[in-house]
Amino acid sequence: MTKIGLEIHCQLTNLESKLFCSCKANYREFEPNENICPVCAGMPGSLPRLNQEAVKKATMISMALNCSTPEKIAFFRKNYFYPDLPKNFQITQLNIYGDTSVGGSGTISVGDKKIRITRIQLEEDPGRLIYEGSSSKNQITLVDYNRAGTPLVEIVTEPDFETPKEVRDFLNILSDLLKNLGVADPSLEGAMRADANVSTRGGNKVEIKNIGSFHDLEKAAHFEITRQESLHDRDIPIAQETRHWDDRRKITVSSRSKEEDLDYRYFLEGDIPWVKINPEIKTELKSKMPESISSKKERYVTKYQIPEQVADVLSSDKFYSDLFEESHSETNAKEVANIITTELMGLEDTREKREASKLTASHLKDLADAIQTGKVSRNSSKNALHEILKTGKSVSQIISELDLGNVSDESELLKIIDQVISNESEAVEQAKSNPQTINYLVGKVMQATKGKADPTSTLNLLKKQIGI
Amino acid sequence: MNLKISALEFIEEAKNGNISVEEFVSATLERINSVDDKLHAFLSVNDNALDQARNIDKKIKSGEKVGDCFGMPISIKDNMCIKDTKTTCASKMLENFVAPYDATVISKLKKQDAIFIGKVNMDEFAMGLTTEFSAFGPSKNPWNIEHVPGGSSGGSAVSVSSYECIASLGSDTGGSVRNPASFCSTVGYKPTYGLISRYGLISYANSIEQIGPLTRTVKDTAFMLNLIAGVDPNDNTTVNNNNEDYLENIDSGIEGKKIGIITEMIGDGIDPEVMTATKEAISKLEGLGAICEEVSLEMVKYSVAAYYTITATEAGSNLARYDNLRYGYEMPVEGYEFNSYISKARKNFGPEVTRRMIIGGFVPSAGHAGKYFLKAMKVKSKLTKEINEAFKKFDLLIAPTVPILPFKIGEKIDDPVSLFLVDINTVTANLTGKPAISIPFKIVNGLPIGIQLMANSMNDKMLLQAAHALEKTVTLPEIPI
Repeated sequence: MTKIGLEIHCQLTNLESKLFCSCKANYREFEPNENICPVCAGMPGSLPRLNQEAVKKATMISMALNCSTPEKIAFFRKNYFYPDLPKNFQITQLNIYGDTSVGGSGTISVGDKKIRITRIQLEEDPGRLIYEGSSSKNQITLVDYNRAGTPLVEIVTEPDFETPKEVRDFLNILSDLLKNLGVADPSLEGAMRADANVSTRGGNKVEIKNIGSFHDLEKAAHFEITRQESLHDRDIPIAQETRHWDDRRKITVSSRSKEEDLDYRYFLEGDIPWVKINPEIKTELKSKMPESISSKKERYVTKYQIPEQVADVLSSDKFYSDLFEESHSETNAKEVANIITTELMGLEDTREKREASKLTASHLKDLADAIQTGKVSRNSSKNALHEILKTGKSVSQIISELDLGNVSDESELLKIIDQVISNESEAVEQAKSNPQTINYLVGKVMQATKGKADPTSTLNLLKKQIGI
Repeated sequence: MNLKISALEFIEEAKNGNISVEEFVSATLERINSVDDKLHAFLSVNDNALDQARNIDKKIKSGEKVGDCFGMPISIKDNMCIKDTKTTCASKMLENFVAPYDATVISKLKKQDAIFIGKVNMDEFAMGLTTEFSAFGPSKNPWNIEHVPGGSSGGSAVSVSSYECIASLGSDTGGSVRNPASFCSTVGYKPTYGLISRYGLISYANSIEQIGPLTRTVKDTAFMLNLIAGVDPNDNTTVNNNNEDYLENIDSGIEGKKIGIITEMIGDGIDPEVMTATKEAISKLEGLGAICEEVSLEMVKYSVAAYYTITATEAGSNLARYDNLRYGYEMPVEGYEFNSYISKARKNFGPEVTRRMIIGGFVPSAGHAGKYFLKAMKVKSKLTKEINEAFKKFDLLIAPTVPILPFKIGEKIDDPVSLFLVDINTVTANLTGKPAISIPFKIVNGLPIGIQLMANSMNDKMLLQAAHALEKTVTLPEIPI
């Protein structure tokens, strides 16, 4: 049997400042070593200054993952030497001297399965190492401390996954949940990293470190299972070891054994007093917590009769569900949901496209209303949407400029229908004997009106004119 | 120019224009020039001190608002950061480290127009109690230059007692302010943990250490405390003191106060002269209306072992950052793998620091934490419980600051274990977070003896009142230098 456990590191990218100083949590825009201060650079004499907002956000994540949350939390030092670590220790959390990390055990449902969360801890991210030079002999290592001290939440799971697909499903759910909470944007480069523990057939546990994205995490699990299975097949024992994910070659590589037996000499970080998390704070956080994805979905289905599948897609995406909330009314909700899930998500399938888009909630509202009042056909609305994204012009302006307005004048539509009937005598005869083929004629009318005719009235008029 | 005046006297004189700050600072610099070759209190002297003094004189003359220190020359232990100034911790490791920011105590004193006359000597990274472990050579006791001045804030105590400045800031991890204060006959004070911000104090054992003033008088200490105590957003461990005025009612006396004499601190190994002095101090306090009786703190006998275990653990972590990658001294990186570079670079630590680093790597390690580090933490918490019990009955606790007289330079340097025992009376205040003060009490055979008073947490004001009462009963001979 395969068992996979995960340790997921997620940056709290939506915070203003780092975990222990006022440098920016969003370090990505800076030149190397410009987003640093005496505290995050570990200068002699500097002291950590705990970002209370980070504690709140991490507690919120713990609550959303149904984890226990202690009354007091503590920080510990994890001592080891590494050039990306300015103090040569990392301030993190630990549960070996009692439950003092932001989150204790919890669960999250993935399909029909419950995945157990072991703990959630708040810690600081180290800096970044950049390797330059071709051969190992003239290789140089550059250190950029801009990232050092960025707030990081580590989510540790029990080894409850049995397949890489379960891992992927879990990551999708987790990623949606974090976005929905408004605490992190997992799609930012380096915002989510993971380690995985993989064991097969009850054998030794192999730890895979350095997995830089969710996408690679599934691949790494897959590779590792295959590697272990092929060793089993050849009766080669599987060593308990740490392996690194090589994201260029997409394989796991054995690490030097030296790194395995590090003794981190954990002890309490005396510079940060215990933080009380009162019941009042928890209540406040709960009240501030955005509606969960599952309750959103249920509301969409029951309140607006949005089809289950559409509601599922819409509710699990923070950006689009927010857009939905802003743009829908009691009457157009279904239409808005429809436009978002069938059209908009496809048009804005990358971050760049989404950022370039000029669409606002009121565009969406107007467009849905225009469809519902018959000002524009559903078909033509696609063109309008395209144009809105590009130009940001108002819906009414676009309808008139692109001549997308419905052919609502019956006499005008009749003229076109008569034209089609006389051009397509063969098809008319066929329709008379087999009414199902009338759709071909509807299509012709739509073609002639560039999609502006209302399909239902076209069908009715056609039937009337042909006499069926 | 009379350099022997107290801080409060200096301020009075400067404020009224009776002395010029420039002349005073100039005389202070001359004093440093003439005696420091012998004493070696200073590691560096402020080149801009005279300019700063002139500016303050100008402000005084023109009636501009002047900070409460009026240009008073203060020396600073070389483990506190002054922006753009070398801060070496008396270590080769930081020989060329120029601090990029001001410690909180420094920025507070700058605002009050203090003049930092220089950075003073210490045991390397504050590890030691004789100043012999300075990488730049020991300081000498001004009462007898063959003897140690105590440590680790030895430079602070020497500079104050020999009139090379009016006051000094030291740091006290296990007695590092009180011990040299006692050996050099100055007031030395370790406040309640958290009363003074440690931001910018280079950590040795951060969970128990505090910055503390060394001054000529208890009143001067109260004055300094008024300027530097209080909550600091840059140090999460600071406590709110509600802007307490420690000078107010300093003359309250100690009538009716209950004082416990800690049995374990006047036992085996105490010098008979120190014992006699302690008894004299007790009878003087009784003469002032205090009620003294013995109290036993059983955990005190384990306190030094616990202290060295905890401090080594924290030091091992606090000093890990000195890998020479970001700052430090010249040593090219080419050709090294980083682990070997760090190992080599860290050879610049001196012997005592190295010894404690090795202990600090061992006592909290996975296989040994239960036997050492966790046990030490247990002693710490039991000792705290015990002393809290004692403070239910007593207002103050008394003991000699150091059980022995200042010894000769080199006398104990090769015997670290016997050196450790010199800490026995001071580490309790650190392990329990309580305020403690050493008051100059007696000179015997030309060597000083200090008496230590301790109070419960946040009772710093009452402690200073009691210390002031005892101080008033004492007259000491002139320092021979």
